[in-house]
Amino acid sequence: MQVDDIDRRLLRHLQADGNLTKAQLAERTSLSAGVCWRRVEKLEASGVIEGREVVINHRAMGYAVEVFLRITLDKTQGNAFDAFTKAAREIPEVGGIQTLLGRVDIRMDVRARDLAHYQEIYKERILALPHINDVEALMLISEVKNTEALPI
Amino acid sequence: MIELDEKDHAILRALQRDGSLNAGEVGRAVGLTQPSAWRRIKRLEVGGVIVGRRVRLNKAALGFEVVVYLGVKLAAKGRVSLEDFERAVCAIPEVQLVQHVLGVYDYRLKVVARDLSDFERILRRRIMTLPGVGEVESNVMLSEIG
Repeated sequence: MQVDDIDRRLLRHLQADGNLTKAQLAERTSLSAGVCWRRVEKLEASGVIEGREVVINHRAMGYAVEVFLRITLDKTQGNAFDAFTKAAREIPEVGGIQTLLGRVDIRMDVRARDLAHYQEIYKERILALPHINDVEALMLISEVKNTEALPI
Repeated sequence: MIELDEKDHAILRALQRDGSLNAGEVGRAVGLTQPSAWRRIKRLEVGGVIVGRRVRLNKAALGFEVVVYLGVKLAAKGRVSLEDFERAVCAIPEVQLVQHVLGVYDYRLKVVARDLSDFERILRRRIMTLPGVGEVESNVMLSEIG
């Protein structure tokens, strides 16, 4: 669908505050409730708005350690990507997995309760994954910015 | 920190798939009554596990075709304060994620761009000109798997 300036204004307000009710959204965008409602419905129906999700703080659940792994695979193995990602998805402590074009092939997040727990996951589950050539780890110190907002 | 059981994890999974579900719908999805689902959701909110709700937009439908993960090393540590770098990098609207990390890089960034030439513009004009920036490594995202 064609997204116009008014749609973009609606989306900017929704991005800034995901808890807005439709009435509040209409008020902030100076649109009538009916117009606002119809536009949001249309954006949802056409898939521009894919949905809503809760934002979770894993530290409050006792997961104090977050490590980003950057993995290079042995690409001489034809099925390296598929075999690796299939096995990695089985590990409950592994969060998002992304395949990349660049110096590394895969990046993924690992969450653990503490360093001893991380070491256990790393030694027993991560290093057992198939076709790994090299693993690099970055440990999270602090998150300075985290938004899904698009510059629209 | 709060202790979570299997039901709590099931509630979180349901709400990550669809954050607009009300307590009754969440209850039906995980096998709880409306009041007990409501109490558990409240507890997760009060305990700081659920910190908010956000809309999930389709990047491609809005013209953003490229996602790049950057590793950034600071040059001349000590001369430029981390605060100066952090303030400047957070002000770039295309930068969605800024994480201070320990390892081969100092910061990890996630950047959205309309296409590769748009990314090149952001990289040259905004990222490479940040105070204290040193080596930068770019990895273009091909796909996201769960």
